[in-house]
Parts: sequence; C-alpha cells; structure tokens
Amino acid sequence: MTVGLTEYLTVAVVLFVIGFVGVLIRKNTLVIYMCLELMLVASTIAFVAFSRFNGTMDGNVFVFFILTVAAAEVAVGLAIIVALFRRRQTVQVEELNALKN
Amino acid sequence: MADILFYIFAAMTIGSSVAVVINPNAVNSALAFLVGLLGVSGLFVLLDSFLLAVLMILVYAGAVVALFLFIIMLLDMQGGERKPFSRPTAVAGFIGAALLAVCATSLLKGLGGLESAEAVSAIGVGANLKHYADQLFTTYLLPVQVVGFLLLIAMLGVIVLSKKFEGLEDIK
Repeated sequence: MTVGLTEYLTVAVVLFVIGFVGVLIRKNTLVIYMCLELMLVASTIAFVAFSRFNGTMDGNVFVFFILTVAAAEVAVGLAIIVALFRRRQTVQVEELNALKN
Repeated sequence: MADILFYIFAAMTIGSSVAVVINPNAVNSALAFLVGLLGVSGLFVLLDSFLLAVLMILVYAGAVVALFLFIIMLLDMQGGERKPFSRPTAVAGFIGAALLAVCATSLLKGLGGLESAEAVSAIGVGANLKHYADQLFTTYLLPVQVVGFLLLIAMLGVIVLSKKFEGLEDIK
C-alpha cells in the first residue's frame, strides 16, 4: 500500500489537534505560542500535500507566504511577551488577570 | 522505502509535538518543537517540495526556534517547577480535543471521494524551482509586495514595542 493524500492529511489533522490542546491546557505564554506555531505548521503540511497530489503550484506558493507571515508574527508576538514580562514580571496566564472583576 | 520514511517522519513529528505539549520545562518544549520541525521538513521532501523543506529548516528551525530559546533564556522564568496545567483546564482541553477529533474524523471519512481524483505524476510540480519563480513573479506579484511591506511593518512594530515609554508607568 502506497502512502497517499489521506495519510498526509491525517498527520496534519493530528498535529493541528495536538497544537489546539496545547493552546487550551498550557499555562506558559511562550509554550502557548509554540503550540500556535504547531497549528500553522499542520496547515502547511495539508497545503503541500494537496498541491502535490493535485499537480498544482498554488499550495506550495501559499506555504511560502505562510512562512513569511509566521516569521513576522513570531517577532511581534515575542516582543509583546517581553513587554508584558517587563510590566508584570510574569508570563503565566493565570496571573495575567488585570481584566478580572 | 518512501512509505517507511513517511511513517518514520510522521512518528517523529507527532511524538515530538506531544512532547511540546506535555513537557513542563519551556526549554525542553522548544527543543522538542525543533525536532518536530525537522520531521515536517522530511515530510516536505517526501512530497517533492525541496525548496519548502529547506526554507522550513532555515526559517522555522533556524530563526523561530532560536528566537524562542533566546526569549525563554532572557526572561529566565522561575515557574519551571510549577504544574504545567491544572485539572479543570485539562478536562476542558480534553473535551475540546475530543470535539475537534470528531470533526477531523468526519472530515477524513469524507476524503474517500478525493482519492479517485489523485493524479500522482512521477515527480511533483513543486520540485522544479522555475515554477516558484513563474508563480511568484506573475500571478502572486501583488501578494509578494504586500508581504514585503508586512515584514517592514513588523520590524517597525517590534522596535516600537521594545521601547520604554516614560508616561505609561502608572497604568498598572
């Protein structure tokens, strides 16, 4: 049995679910951010697999843009986290409750 | 042979992603993330997208993970010993994951119809670098410009965010 589109999409879906669970249950902002990146990577696997098995170029080019946007996003997000840490001395989400009450 | 490689890379990716989520230490999570990205780029090689595999290693494994590790060590968090997640959030996460898994299963079941449309050529269209240039400089010329501006704006945003503002200290 040869590996087809379904196997690659299964890997992408499992990776996305793992990233989603990580965003839900982790408390450290940096690890939550890493899990967000994991979800982005899962979507790129799906794009490249569709592109390969349809014989088109669009999925590959889209992954190109996803990589660029992810790099910009990581730079800005980590700057926000550093600014947050400078102000509040913590990055644990349960202590970031300024909007509570 | 390619099938065995697929299963090796898929196991590597998924196993290290699980390690990212369950590891209490942020540095270990970042290193597991790095291993997972190597697995993903292996999957890209199996899909004949060699350029994207190299870019994945350069951009993600090189720049993004290095930036993550840099920030983790810069902040020097003392919270590494505390529990990574509490019981209510674990239950909520499990329920959310179960719902998402149900959606994913029904999605994958519906993929049976796609299997017939599968036109597997000998080598993927993504293997040829000329196709990237063709697309990026004709069809996707405007998105390339927009993404260039996005990078510029992100750079400016990071500079502004890292600046110290004098008047804002009393907002706490």
